[in-house]
Amino acid sequence: MRKLVIAAAFALPMFGGAAMAQETVKIGYIDPLSGGGASVGEVGLKTFQFLADELNAKGGIQGKKVEIVPFDNKTNPQESLIQAQKAIDSGVRFLTQGNGSSVAGALSDFVTKYNERNPGKEVLYFNYAAVDPVLTNAKCSFWHFRWDANSDIKMEALTNYMKTVPSIKNVYLINQDYSFGESVRSSAKAMLAAKRPDIKIVGDELHPLLKITDFAPYIAKIKASGADTVVTGNWGQDFALLLKAAADAGLKVNWYTYYAGGTGGPTAVKQANLNHQVFQVGEGIPNLDHPSSQEFEKAIRAKYDFSLFYPRAVNEMRMLAAAADKAKSIDPIKVALALEGMEVEVFDGGKGNMRKDDHQFFQPIYISSLGDRTEKEPFDEEKTGWGWKLVAKIDTPATVLPTTCKMERPN
Amino acid sequence: MLELIVISTLNGVLFGMLLFLMASGLTVIFSMLGVLNFAHASFYMLGAFFGFQVSRWFGFWPALLIAPLLAGALGAGVERFGLRRVHRNGHVAELLFTFGLAFVIEELVQIIWGKSPVDFRIPALLDFPAFTIFSTNYPAYKMFMLLVSIAIFVGLLLVLKKTRIGLIVQAALTHPHMVGHLGHNVGRIFMLVFGVGTALAAVAGVIAGPALVTQSNMAGLLGPILFVVVVVGGLGSLPGAFVASLLIGLVQTFAVSMNGSLSGAFGPLSPAYASSWLADIWGVTIAQVAPIVPYVLLVLILIFRPMGLLGTRDT
Amino acid sequence: MSELTASAAPPLPATAEKLKFYGLWVIAGLVLLLLPKIFSSGGSLTTFSLIGISIIFSLSYNILLGQTGMLSFGHAVYYGLGGFLVIHAINIIGANKLAIPLPIVPLIGGLAGLFFAVLLGWVSTQRSGTAFAMISLGVAELIASSALILRTFFGGEAGVSANRTKLLKLFGWNFGPQIQIYYLVAAWTLIAVIAMYALTRTPLGRMCNAVRDNPERVQFVGYNPHVVRYLAFCFSGFFAGVAGGLAAINFEIANSAYLGAEQSGTVLFATYIGGVGFFIGPIVGAIFVTLLSLGLSDLTQVWQLYFGLIFIAVVLFAPGGITGLLMMHRPLLRAGALARVLPSYLIALLPTLAMIAGLVLSIETTVHYTVNPGDDSHIKAFGVNFDAASPYIWAMAAILLIGGFLLARKTWGWVALAWDSASSAAREKGIAP
Repeated sequence: MRKLVIAAAFALPMFGGAAMAQETVKIGYIDPLSGGGASVGEVGLKTFQFLADELNAKGGIQGKKVEIVPFDNKTNPQESLIQAQKAIDSGVRFLTQGNGSSVAGALSDFVTKYNERNPGKEVLYFNYAAVDPVLTNAKCSFWHFRWDANSDIKMEALTNYMKTVPSIKNVYLINQDYSFGESVRSSAKAMLAAKRPDIKIVGDELHPLLKITDFAPYIAKIKASGADTVVTGNWGQDFALLLKAAADAGLKVNWYTYYAGGTGGPTAVKQANLNHQVFQVGEGIPNLDHPSSQEFEKAIRAKYDFSLFYPRAVNEMRMLAAAADKAKSIDPIKVALALEGMEVEVFDGGKGNMRKDDHQFFQPIYISSLGDRTEKEPFDEEKTGWGWKLVAKIDTPATVLPTTCKMERPN
Repeated sequence: MLELIVISTLNGVLFGMLLFLMASGLTVIFSMLGVLNFAHASFYMLGAFFGFQVSRWFGFWPALLIAPLLAGALGAGVERFGLRRVHRNGHVAELLFTFGLAFVIEELVQIIWGKSPVDFRIPALLDFPAFTIFSTNYPAYKMFMLLVSIAIFVGLLLVLKKTRIGLIVQAALTHPHMVGHLGHNVGRIFMLVFGVGTALAAVAGVIAGPALVTQSNMAGLLGPILFVVVVVGGLGSLPGAFVASLLIGLVQTFAVSMNGSLSGAFGPLSPAYASSWLADIWGVTIAQVAPIVPYVLLVLILIFRPMGLLGTRDT
Repeated sequence: MSELTASAAPPLPATAEKLKFYGLWVIAGLVLLLLPKIFSSGGSLTTFSLIGISIIFSLSYNILLGQTGMLSFGHAVYYGLGGFLVIHAINIIGANKLAIPLPIVPLIGGLAGLFFAVLLGWVSTQRSGTAFAMISLGVAELIASSALILRTFFGGEAGVSANRTKLLKLFGWNFGPQIQIYYLVAAWTLIAVIAMYALTRTPLGRMCNAVRDNPERVQFVGYNPHVVRYLAFCFSGFFAGVAGGLAAINFEIANSAYLGAEQSGTVLFATYIGGVGFFIGPIVGAIFVTLLSLGLSDLTQVWQLYFGLIFIAVVLFAPGGITGLLMMHRPLLRAGALARVLPSYLIALLPTLAMIAGLVLSIETTVHYTVNPGDDSHIKAFGVNFDAASPYIWAMAAILLIGGFLLARKTWGWVALAWDSASSAAREKGIAP
């Protein structure tokens, strides 16, 4: 017990002092920087730091310097809440996070309760990659803003494209057994049935998350089903191993994916030698014929050895600056109100808007495929020589879905 | 039906042999030294990364030889300068030592090779389909994996049962003092066993690396499945581990190929229970629970046959 | 281990000792009461709350490991299930406006832990040793995996959340602010620590020690070691459930991470590092490991490396844990021979620290070049700014590391000599170290 005193003395420097007068705009970046998710978390952190540098070069936000403060959440929801508390203690009023919907759900819940219990010290939570639809539907919060298209919106865009491809006849769904995989699978089923009733769902598989070392049995099932197209939300090793097993067994299908572009994804596609057979749905690709975003892509590749995986992060940071300018303040509530309903020209061109009802951002969505490049595609991925080619653009209005959100607003 | 059975059996055997490849080193260490080596998966990862690096310089085949030797030497060093000191403080201390080691190795791998997956390829010599059954290809590399597993199994068995070294090792486990009195260096024997165990883990790493994903989290993602293999097979039993690997491989693969669920067998649940926990159990398919089957096996074995399938002594 | 653990249950104290003993608890209570007056930021209150929870959890684990000699890889199961039951309880109580205030809700977690320990414990505790360890591992994997399958109860990987302020108010406290949660956790920690200490003094506690040291002899005396292990397991499950319940109240969310292998590993770490041989050991370990896991990632990017190195160092050099290391000096203190070793410690401290500083500096510089090669070379680690590109820094790192090691190795020899002389002095006075 007495040790507590010593412990406390030790703890003091770590949590020293309350929020000082804001000379800088601190943005707390809460994502995995160690452990299994670290490779993804690190790319996100560097992207945000790059964006902060960009803003600072233009004079910062409302004349104040922007600083990204990293917090390692080890992909654990509880740890994220501790880190969020630490961030708030150190004067952060804007949190951003993206990896893991379970973390996002916990953070959104935490921020909502925190703001309710600490009026005058509100914090905002900017979500750049957690796509569970529930965050802008049943569990929506005034304090949460999402720049990534949620998984239903992506599926809406993807099926709007798929319905125009007559060669798709038999679709196999394989997804990870957790909320994201579940929502990919159920929305794919519902939307395909509505838009192309002639398409048969020949298989619907959920496999445990990050626990499978050998996908050969799953590939055998896909093969036996006679599918010509596979739709999967798999990411990380679950994606890479799935493709490797498919290549080993000689399975020839088209793959419609959410995260083929994630860390290690392009390498796996190249190893499996699936030239323009792997498609991805997302809010942008490097090889888009859009000068300003190609300029940006060049700059970030020159500084780091990765491509811009998060065009949405660019939208997020630029809109934060725009909202602060509009509100002429960096007070979180004023910024939040300014963000609501904001219309902007997005990073890859086209109109985007932050819907007031649920704080979901809507933007043009692109379908692209990975493979050999022509002179129109200057950028490759992960030094494979292969790059993304534009297949289809789904414009903003065709991605809009209704929401069930009943938002509680501050008075 | 026939297609399903043949394909699943083949896949199951292949997966089982991969498991044995990974677990063989652990069996050697766990059953002979009694050390719960939580860093085993880390040595497997080290093997994969050493293999990746060496194969860049000299090609895959030299890597298959050099990487295990490097990892084995490292393992022997760990035993000599770390584990041996800790040994007198009991098994829990040894276990925590290997726990800490796993942390250190993972971070070192991240520092040297980064956190993203590296591009470790199958050698061109083996990059072709070996045969085709029911229009499914089986790559030559998987056959190679199978052969290496069997070779390791037979080789280890011969060394343990037929050679002088094997006999001394076995004697040193039960009667270390007696063996010491006979003039053998027991410390060196233990060091050798640990070194061989880690080298075997590295062999598995070099071979599995190109087939799976070579990344700094591959040790963590493997999880405790290897302990299941060793315990289900029976402590101290190499054939046991071999049988257990096959069993787990087959059971898991067949489970994956089955879509049956309670609702499929007995019809859908009455809507009154639709949102209760019963509905979760009712709707879950056999394929979904496949990966937890090994742990059910583990618990059942320990309750009803604590010495494992082919083991001779109680765990 | 048996020598170390012998002091876990000391003989009954005399009156003066008793006074000292109760005084200790009162002081502990006062410290807990006054702590937030000194450190009042939200982060430190959260840290203290987590430390309290971790203390209960580690002590409950030590009922198994230290007292009864059972190594478990799945203790988080009871912690986690306690947490889930508490979250569900808060939701049910809040929705139905039941007259149950928050402070007694952790008891529900304890009962949940107890229930599942009673359920799963009988088959698990049939054997001790590796068999028990492996069963606990298997059960933990099963429960953690089923948490993702039984979505209605466990809420999938997102978990279940609750709002603790929706419960009956007690003395005007709604338990929204962290300070109120801190006092709740502190009170429960004190109660649980006292209860678990009392448990070690009961006949059952002594039988646990006996089962740990020699189960066969226990059988001769007429007790069934299986039953003793089972009882210990149930008590342990109860307190783990209390800890899990408190964690759930603190975070207002329960998810599968509560049940996972990482949580089970952490408690094993904390308990062992603190020292399983002493009642206070797990408390020290819980404080140390919680602070380390919360603070280290702020200080350096490669915290896992240091985390691993620290644990290896403790296992290698302090087999009795931190408490064991400190307690080794008690006989010297009583014999008045402590003064003989202290100077050698001070001498050894300087080069050892220099060596560690050199090691840290080399690691951080290397990390800069391999992990962030493109970044600015002026880096900050452990609160110190330095230029990783400067040759002076490299030279300094090398000198500190190598010079420190050479010097330190000499001084360690002196420490060993001083220790020998001091302990033989103590032995002469009849106090065996």
